[in-house]
Amino acid sequence: MGVKKTDIVLLDDKGIRCDGRKINEPRRIMIKAGVLKNANGSAYIEFGENKILAGVFGPRDVHPKHLANTDRGILRCRYHMQPFSVSERKNPAPSRREIEISKVIKEALEPAVMLENFPRTVVDVFIEILQADGGSRCAALDAAAVALADAGIPMRDMVSACAAGKVADTIVLDINNEEDQEGQADMPVAYMPNLEKVTLIQLDGVLTPQEYEKCVTTAVEGCKLVYEVQKNALREKFFGDNAA
Amino acid sequence: MDDVKRKYVLPGDVITTGPYRAEDNVHLFGDKMIATAVGISEVFDSGVRVIPLTGIYIPRIDDFIIGKVKSHTSLSWELDINSCYPGILPAQDVFGRDFNPKTHELTSRLKAGDLVAARVANFDRSRDPLITVGDRDLGKIEDGDLIKISPSKVPRLIGKRGSMIQTIENATKAMITIGQNGYVVVSSENPEGLLKALDAIKMVEEQAHVPNLTEKIQEMLGSNSE
Repeated sequence: MGVKKTDIVLLDDKGIRCDGRKINEPRRIMIKAGVLKNANGSAYIEFGENKILAGVFGPRDVHPKHLANTDRGILRCRYHMQPFSVSERKNPAPSRREIEISKVIKEALEPAVMLENFPRTVVDVFIEILQADGGSRCAALDAAAVALADAGIPMRDMVSACAAGKVADTIVLDINNEEDQEGQADMPVAYMPNLEKVTLIQLDGVLTPQEYEKCVTTAVEGCKLVYEVQKNALREKFFGDNAA
Repeated sequence: MDDVKRKYVLPGDVITTGPYRAEDNVHLFGDKMIATAVGISEVFDSGVRVIPLTGIYIPRIDDFIIGKVKSHTSLSWELDINSCYPGILPAQDVFGRDFNPKTHELTSRLKAGDLVAARVANFDRSRDPLITVGDRDLGKIEDGDLIKISPSKVPRLIGKRGSMIQTIENATKAMITIGQNGYVVVSSENPEGLLKALDAIKMVEEQAHVPNLTEKIQEMLGSNSE
């Protein structure tokens, strides 16, 4: 916005990034569980400048009925950006990008949710992006996982997500919008921290095998930081002052 | 029961490792016992379980439940039982063995919106829960207000040997029927008592994890009546 691309210094010689963070420093993360009365489970996340609301319904009856699976439940996700979530008004109709992100979020949550316990039902996850910054799919996943736990849906583990990437030939944690646009690579990773399993990994850009490895390790470290915030959000809602 | 170890857990938390049996809301991964829900874990002699603080009702055979009639077919009613599955109440259960779909009109006994005190007769993964009213004290609930609470808070509302519910009933002179599915029917001839009982039930649901809740409820009901 008014800044020429060449004006942005992604990483200065002291190792400080364009928004003042260090290489291994995530943006500010705030999660609140149980913010909506009418959904079975919900969560609100602020991840840097991202502001995202997630609501979960279910397990409940599947409509249309032909989608139901007789031996397990199904998971449906809807990632939706509000028209005012970006600087130029976005058409509220689902775009190709939103459809893709809905699909990857669903696939990232599926290994954690114990859908085999609820045959013939559906769990619906609705994600609204109120304000978008870089890394909204990771932030949306973090909110969705907290909302699922808030709804009491059995899960093998929480899912925490964080991105890493390459800017100015350096691997950095949690890349923001400018770094996403101007940087060399972006790698969102979703991770189950207790089971130590990755449920989502995407890569946009080119990395050497060594850089790839470092990028994954950095992103996983980020996921572990997010996990602590997720845990605190749930503890605060359910255990309040009695949290152990 | 003194050696039961309790702690607050979240999904994914490792409760313990070792030769235990994984019971409710616990998932065995390798030798780790992992919680699958937000709740309070209990490790006792041989098993580990988590009492969930949130979640929907999963029917179990013989559970006493309260259902709300949603619709009917020619042979059965469909009840909302606060679960992911609808409860099926066969017409034969209400009309008796001489039930004939040609001559009997189902809406003459139960219609949409009616409340039913019932029991779960049968349930497994492959079919919807079968509900029965063929027992003493079961059947249509004629009057009362329906209030929904989380099924996980039902034991707290009942209290130890019914202490909590007796406290509320005695203080408000209301009659309270609690279904294990989290549906509660409150009836009272006195509107003030009804409102007080509803407030008390809401308070139990909100503060289920708070110790000495029975005393707090007593205090609240006592102060309200003055």
